[in-house]
Amino acid sequence: MKYQIMIAGFGGQGILFLGKLLAYSGMLENREVTWFPSYGAEVRGGTANCTVIISDDLIGSPIVRNPEVLVVMNEASLNKFQPRLRKGGLLLFDSSLINGAELRDDVRMLGVPASEIAASIGNTKCANMVMLSALFAETGMIKEESAIHALEELTPQRRRKALDANKAAITKGRKYIEDKKSKNI
Amino acid sequence: MNKKLFMRGNEVIAEAAIQAGCRFYAGYPITPQNEIPEYMSWRMEEAGGVFIQAESELAAINMVYGASAAGARAMTSSSSPGISLMQETVSYLCGAELPAVIVNMQRGGPGLGNISGSQSDYFQAVKGGGHGDYKLLVYAPYNLQELWNLTMLAFDKADEYRNPVMILGDGVLGQMMEPFYQMPYIKPALPEKTWALSGCRDREPNVIKSLYMGEGELEFRNSILQEKFRKMKEQEVRFEAVGVEDAKLIVVAFGIAARIALSAVNRLRREGVKIGFFRPITLFPFPANELLSLAGSARRFVTIELNAGQMLEDVRLAVNGKSDVLFYGRTGGMIITPEEIYEDLQRLRVSNSGQ
Repeated sequence: MKYQIMIAGFGGQGILFLGKLLAYSGMLENREVTWFPSYGAEVRGGTANCTVIISDDLIGSPIVRNPEVLVVMNEASLNKFQPRLRKGGLLLFDSSLINGAELRDDVRMLGVPASEIAASIGNTKCANMVMLSALFAETGMIKEESAIHALEELTPQRRRKALDANKAAITKGRKYIEDKKSKNI
Repeated sequence: MNKKLFMRGNEVIAEAAIQAGCRFYAGYPITPQNEIPEYMSWRMEEAGGVFIQAESELAAINMVYGASAAGARAMTSSSSPGISLMQETVSYLCGAELPAVIVNMQRGGPGLGNISGSQSDYFQAVKGGGHGDYKLLVYAPYNLQELWNLTMLAFDKADEYRNPVMILGDGVLGQMMEPFYQMPYIKPALPEKTWALSGCRDREPNVIKSLYMGEGELEFRNSILQEKFRKMKEQEVRFEAVGVEDAKLIVVAFGIAARIALSAVNRLRREGVKIGFFRPITLFPFPANELLSLAGSARRFVTIELNAGQMLEDVRLAVNGKSDVLFYGRTGGMIITPEEIYEDLQRLRVSNSGQ
């Protein structure tokens, strides 16, 4: 089993942290994981992206050219990285920030109003956590307990205040996917 | 209990250096190794050492020379163009027999190149790099655990041989995160630094220099250096070999390319292909005898590198015509994918079975 995920958005949306949390959760489940950021001149101009691999086997290269899962939180990233997503892959996007964009028809789309959900709990900065939980609720790539455990370990002392809001965001994102699934049945 | 940690490669190097007793760091910023000085800037203060953001790479390496002469465990880091700038003093460090740890997180070259990972400084690292007859002990880690372990070892070996040691990494290893264990540092028994400029009260002054003008004096100095390099060849060779015994084709690769290659080799081996993997961990001293012992007419080698074919020459020298040595590589900061290597090795295997 191997997941190759690319996560992209604006700088400041917590894109790199989302990726780190995902990889760390995989590590807590004793799987091979890597995290690789965009760096240097690439990050100037306000976009950020990183790639995460979670695997049962040795990871040869942490660099992912064509991911199976693409998580995007702004339209610029959607346009830039959508062509790289593998056919039949999953495109998870923040539908509060991205609408009316042209989307591919050979991949699986999943819009999650992450920024609206985050706003509903009073902290729009938690939108990245909504995306994370939507991602694992949809794919099962990591367990929710691992994500919560990882969040507790990786949240620095000075950000402890945001911990509860982040946990609430994780619950909400998961519920959003569960509701969506139950309605489809 | 030793817990799995998750840090960036560059930070792993910096923390390992601190725990191995490095108390002097000087450097000048350059991507993709900036996390090393960034980490050192706060961590070194915590450890009670000295961190200096120098005005240039030349200044940084010369500060390392000074700190080392005074007996400190000293280190600098940079990436390819910055390491080129340091070469004069690297030669001086060797000439003056001063220990130092130099980290090169290689980027694409030549010139300013780009900031992606690369392995195109192999020649510079293992053949001398600066002027004069000298060698560095060169370690090529291929994952973050080795970045940790080999950084610590580098400080011990630098002191043991009184010679600079290079960690030859690349932008990918520096930027990536993956789990590793912080193995505790255990200092080996090393001789006192009686040569250091530590204040000469109650003893004769020590002199540290690389200028020897007397008749035959410099040749004598060189013989001491050559003896050290010979001893390194005898005692410091490190490598990893997987499935080489019955292999018709052996992949030879180091650093990040080795890791990418290994995942392709593992996949082929799972499919029942008899393919071997050989990874030099020390690039100088090079595991030449070990490669020679594997060479023979029924066996081919393919070296895989992120350059135009540099270690390739050392592999060819090692097997001394007894085996064909092929090459696969990418240049300019392009990172080979495991799939690309898998397909290339498949092709080679097919052509091999036709012989």
